[in-house]
Amino acid sequence: MADKIKFAFLLAGGCAGCEMAMVDMSEKLLSALDHLEIVFWAPTVADVKYKDLEAMEDGSIDLAFIDGMIRSSEHEHITRILRAKSKILVAFGACAALGGIPGMANQHTKKEIFNQSYFDTFSTDNPDKVVPQTTTRVDGKYELTLPEFYENVLRIQDVAEVDYFVGGCPPHHDFIAKAVEAIIAGNLPPKGSWLTSGKAVCDVCKRNPANKDMARTQVFESKRIVDGEPDPDICLLQQGYLCLGPITQGDCGASCLNVNMPCRGCGGPIPGVKDYGARAISAIGSILGSEEAAVQLMEKFPDLTKLVYRYSLPSSLLASKEK
Amino acid sequence: MKKIEINPITRLEGHGKIAIFLNDDGNVDEAFFQVVELRGYENFLQGMPIEEVPRTVSTICGVCRGVHFTSAMKASDQIYGVEPTPVAKKLRELFFNAHYVEDHAVVLYALGLPDFVVGPEAPAAERNLVGLVKAVGAEIGRDVLTKRASAVKIFEMLGGKPIHPVAAVPGGWSKKITEAERQQLIAWSKDLVELGKLTINVFDKIVLQNPKYMELVTGDMYKVTTNYMGTVNEKGQIAYYDGIQKVVDPKGKEIASFTGKEYLDVISERVVPWSYLKVPYLKQMGWKGIVEGAGTSLYSVGPLARFNVGNGMDTPLAQEAYEQFMDTFASRPVHYVQAYHWARAIELLNAAEKCFQLAQDPELTDPNTRAELGKVTGEGVGITEAPRGTLIHHYKTDDKGIVTNANLIVATTHNKGPINIAVRKAAKHFIKDGKVDDGILNYIEMGFRPYDLCLACATHAVGQAQTPLSIDVFDSQGALHKTLNNF
Repeated sequence: MADKIKFAFLLAGGCAGCEMAMVDMSEKLLSALDHLEIVFWAPTVADVKYKDLEAMEDGSIDLAFIDGMIRSSEHEHITRILRAKSKILVAFGACAALGGIPGMANQHTKKEIFNQSYFDTFSTDNPDKVVPQTTTRVDGKYELTLPEFYENVLRIQDVAEVDYFVGGCPPHHDFIAKAVEAIIAGNLPPKGSWLTSGKAVCDVCKRNPANKDMARTQVFESKRIVDGEPDPDICLLQQGYLCLGPITQGDCGASCLNVNMPCRGCGGPIPGVKDYGARAISAIGSILGSEEAAVQLMEKFPDLTKLVYRYSLPSSLLASKEK
Repeated sequence: MKKIEINPITRLEGHGKIAIFLNDDGNVDEAFFQVVELRGYENFLQGMPIEEVPRTVSTICGVCRGVHFTSAMKASDQIYGVEPTPVAKKLRELFFNAHYVEDHAVVLYALGLPDFVVGPEAPAAERNLVGLVKAVGAEIGRDVLTKRASAVKIFEMLGGKPIHPVAAVPGGWSKKITEAERQQLIAWSKDLVELGKLTINVFDKIVLQNPKYMELVTGDMYKVTTNYMGTVNEKGQIAYYDGIQKVVDPKGKEIASFTGKEYLDVISERVVPWSYLKVPYLKQMGWKGIVEGAGTSLYSVGPLARFNVGNGMDTPLAQEAYEQFMDTFASRPVHYVQAYHWARAIELLNAAEKCFQLAQDPELTDPNTRAELGKVTGEGVGITEAPRGTLIHHYKTDDKGIVTNANLIVATTHNKGPINIAVRKAAKHFIKDGKVDDGILNYIEMGFRPYDLCLACATHAVGQAQTPLSIDVFDSQGALHKTLNNF
């Protein structure tokens, strides 16, 4: 066997769910570790510190995954360092590739977030009216520093060149196993690509009318999931429940649909789609059969952005809130 | 004054660092545990239908996602004025306990135990899951991973997705179980009980039978004396999914109990300028600063806190282990933080036994998984015990169930003060006369690891505002038919 692939994994501003998905590969993880040498996996798994990463030679890491988005000067700094050290950099999961759920914070200013967190929440006690500072002197002698909290959530590609993108919140462990196998075998598409089967959630959904040789029809009602219990065998869209399966990568195997819940788009856009939310609106628009149904949709979901851009607001053509 | 930074602190979820200040003699003057991030969940949940919140807030943490999901789901029950149907409650509890097993397993094997199995002073490159598997042998490593995978399978079957689940509905659960699936759940649960027994054995062999490690478990360098908070059932036993929240003082005397919105009478969170994370304290005692001992207003949560608050376990094997635990320490409450790991191993077995009990219930296949919703009440507080401690999700909505305000207090936040003390004490104990090396710094990091940090959790911070959106509707010829605005 050739030398092991030098592998790094960085958690930027994420939840570590992508790393847990890696652990969920279970036995396949052990097999993968036969081919991978972990040189950096922080802060979650290995005791290699930022200074150790900084001391590594440029280009000395063969393969690096980053999960999470960029929200602070520290996230950006370490991402840039890891980029320089790595031959292949993968934006792994919805946050890294698209901004993810934390990206919805771009609808708010930094000031609003600080106010909510440090003044307005029901249990907060802040008699001195302080907020965290990038530099503080405690008791006049202990100088402590914090990274700067940015105005906006950024994607990895906004601060460093990304070679490959993987969707999913997080990617399913079966798909990760396939992707890792492909990488180990050197079986990779051109740089800048998404690692995906290219199929939509609907393509792999057993409810899809097209998969049953039935025609898709327009719908005349928009429902929230509290409005009733959907038939588990019929397409949710056909029943009026908003589902984003048509435009979402289906490397998950339509897992939400398997428990009778709608797709919310975590897989990221199917190939060819640049702005996920805009395409979502277009797809929904084409299936709603009446103006009443469209009006109803906007009444049911008064903040529609949080539905159609739940995982991708930082990659939207929409500007963030005026700051 | 010399400053040493450990950045990032490792083998935890999220981002933090430790700053240590040495005086001119090279001894520790002061140490700080700082949390270096914030995300803003409490802002952007606003405007979202409450039933969409569980699958959204699960992303506060990829490790303990199931408990954020469950706390938000329980709040959504209250907002829709509904009790889950009996089968829905059982499915939720099975899901929740399976989550406990796989979460505690990850924390023990990947984050905490490498310090003991590989050794606290072992080379940094080996102090991790890979080094642990090497040390215990590939066979045990494989056994642990495959048995833990059975918990992931239960989680995925019931929750829909293996990491961020989706099956929550107010008053119910979207997934129904067939008899064949129930048989599968029984088989997987059996694996979990085996994993629980195995984990108790591993802990016994590696830690309890090693006198050097027992010095760390029962020594003053890792002793932090605070109040404790946890959840118990009607018999006073440790509970996870639901129960009454209790607080005991450093002597073990009950000083508060609460449910739901009453948390606001018990807990306040103090803002400090040197960390993005607030420091909670007991409101009735007032803010006393980051100090331990009699009179402190700080409290700890998590497995050890639950052991100190509860009077035992509700399953037989775990109860046996609980008694052995309590017999080992001279008095209770137990203030030794390395004992968190031991309590965690026992809770893993307890949750596994509960999974096995629940899976055997033939009623699990009842198709009646969704209750009819009541009138929207506009407010809900969902409290669960997360693996790392008490988790509070509080939401307000308008009359259509759209979120208007949110407040979340998570396990690691409660522990902010105690963790700071643990790190400070370990630093003072292990750094002498300016001598610092990687092994010594790891002993200091071992001060926070028992608390099983979830810093992404702790820095969720969730608010409002609606993005103005305009939708142009075109006819089939491409002509603008109508423009819809939400502003």
